[in-house]
Amino acid sequence: MTEPNATDDTQLVAFERIHRDVSGEVLASLIRLLGDFDLAEEALQEAWVEAVRHWPDNDVPTRPGAWLFQTARRKAIDRIRREQRRDAKHDAAMVLAEQLHPDDDLEQAEEDGPVADDQLRLIFTCCHPALAREAQVALTLRTLGGLTTPEIARAFLVPEPTMAQRIVRAKKKMRLAGIPYRIPRADDLPQRLAAVLAVVYLIFTEGHTATGGDTLVRHELCGNSIRLARLLHDLLPDEPEVDGLLALLLLHDARRSTRERDGSVVLLGEQNRDEWDRVAIGEGTTLLERALRRGRPGPYQIEAAIAAVHAEAPSLETTDWPQIVMLYGELARLAPSPVIELNQAVAVGMAEGWPTALLAVERLGHDEPAMADWHRFHAVHAEMLERTGDAAAAVDAYARAVELAESSVERSYLEAKLASLR
Amino acid sequence: MKYMLLIYTDPKLAAEMTEADGEALMGEYFAFTQAIVESGEMLGGDPLQPFDTATTVRTFNGERVTSDGPFAETKEVLGGYYIVDVADIDRALELAGQLPGCKRGVDAIEVRAVAELPPDMMPG
Repeated sequence: MTEPNATDDTQLVAFERIHRDVSGEVLASLIRLLGDFDLAEEALQEAWVEAVRHWPDNDVPTRPGAWLFQTARRKAIDRIRREQRRDAKHDAAMVLAEQLHPDDDLEQAEEDGPVADDQLRLIFTCCHPALAREAQVALTLRTLGGLTTPEIARAFLVPEPTMAQRIVRAKKKMRLAGIPYRIPRADDLPQRLAAVLAVVYLIFTEGHTATGGDTLVRHELCGNSIRLARLLHDLLPDEPEVDGLLALLLLHDARRSTRERDGSVVLLGEQNRDEWDRVAIGEGTTLLERALRRGRPGPYQIEAAIAAVHAEAPSLETTDWPQIVMLYGELARLAPSPVIELNQAVAVGMAEGWPTALLAVERLGHDEPAMADWHRFHAVHAEMLERTGDAAAAVDAYARAVELAESSVERSYLEAKLASLR
Repeated sequence: MKYMLLIYTDPKLAAEMTEADGEALMGEYFAFTQAIVESGEMLGGDPLQPFDTATTVRTFNGERVTSDGPFAETKEVLGGYYIVDVADIDRALELAGQLPGCKRGVDAIEVRAVAELPPDMMPG
């Protein structure tokens, strides 16, 4: 056993990066070839083990993806032959194994690498409506996000066995319920794409919200979701909502470094705008403009537009609030939700004054009983009461918010507000 | 792959239907069944007699107990089923959504794949 040294470490980092960059596309093509999720994953795992053993002494291949694909394919065939049994499924597998020629020239094999469409198949399959949302998220991160089960568990603050079980159940359902491995038909595409975008956005939100836990893993989630959004952008160039989502993530991510200080939330108005990532903002804005020119607006494009208005403003006070109010109005028409109404009320407060906004918030609370259980509703309500001079009611609302707060970061912020009023 | 489409109806909503509604629904079911027979996807299916005519059998302390009524006291009750043979779950879900009661927002359809037993375990 050789002593670990600096070269080994750099190699390890390089291999990890290769793994992260290509394993998704290799897995996707293996699943198509083998028709079996589990078999494909195990074969890829074995191929990876061989890569780590083989590459250091022989140089990393120029196309590591193709190398892994061919190696995994060989491993899968070996496994199928080893597990030969007399039932229909394995007869079919044996036919498949016979059709594949494991002794191909490696040069020929280099041509036969992963196919881009396979990743689309994979992501649509992971996000199939027959699977629970949390299973969709876990599978997407496992297969295309390149995260291990322990990493996903840590990111979502769930015990590892629970997360492992969630993935096992999802794969079982895929097999037993007959979830197909394919890109949805044109008719189904809008709804199915919406689910994929929702999963990617959920991953980003999980990483972006400072709710405690391992910050490094959460930053990884943001990076992961942006990579997934870029993949979708490459694979589906004619979908403006895909551009909209990527723009939205880039614009949000540009502010990430300024959102938290010493474990506390830093509000938009207090963030140091000099530290916002102008390159990301530029890229996001360009993407958004390109998307909007297609004339097919949608929720992600509009949310990105709101984020762009903030990103371009020199300060909170000089932000184009009327524009934001208008955009929230558009968003509410397309995808009505109490969250959007609440956000719009805040924008109305900044644009038209707090008494008007307070009325809107109280009407919302009256119309939507679910608001009573949401900490953010009470926090916003409290702030508006404070700004319109009703300190006593503000104290009550902040107290409610504290009770319902979900993270220590949010709670400490709200407790500070409460203390300042008492 | 074979799937069972289990049709669960809210009896209150069903009771609110007029006679004309009920007849229209029957007509739609007829058309639906006709279509999947023609496509070769239909393997079987039946409407069931009303849920309050159900009888439940259990064994309790070694003794067989028979009682009046369906198995579970739920809001929605099993009203009928189809068994279809389709390529994958997507087509099964599509058919489920096309079921007349489902389209009207009255029924919930549970879609379950039939477990295929290995040939040596099949009777007959």
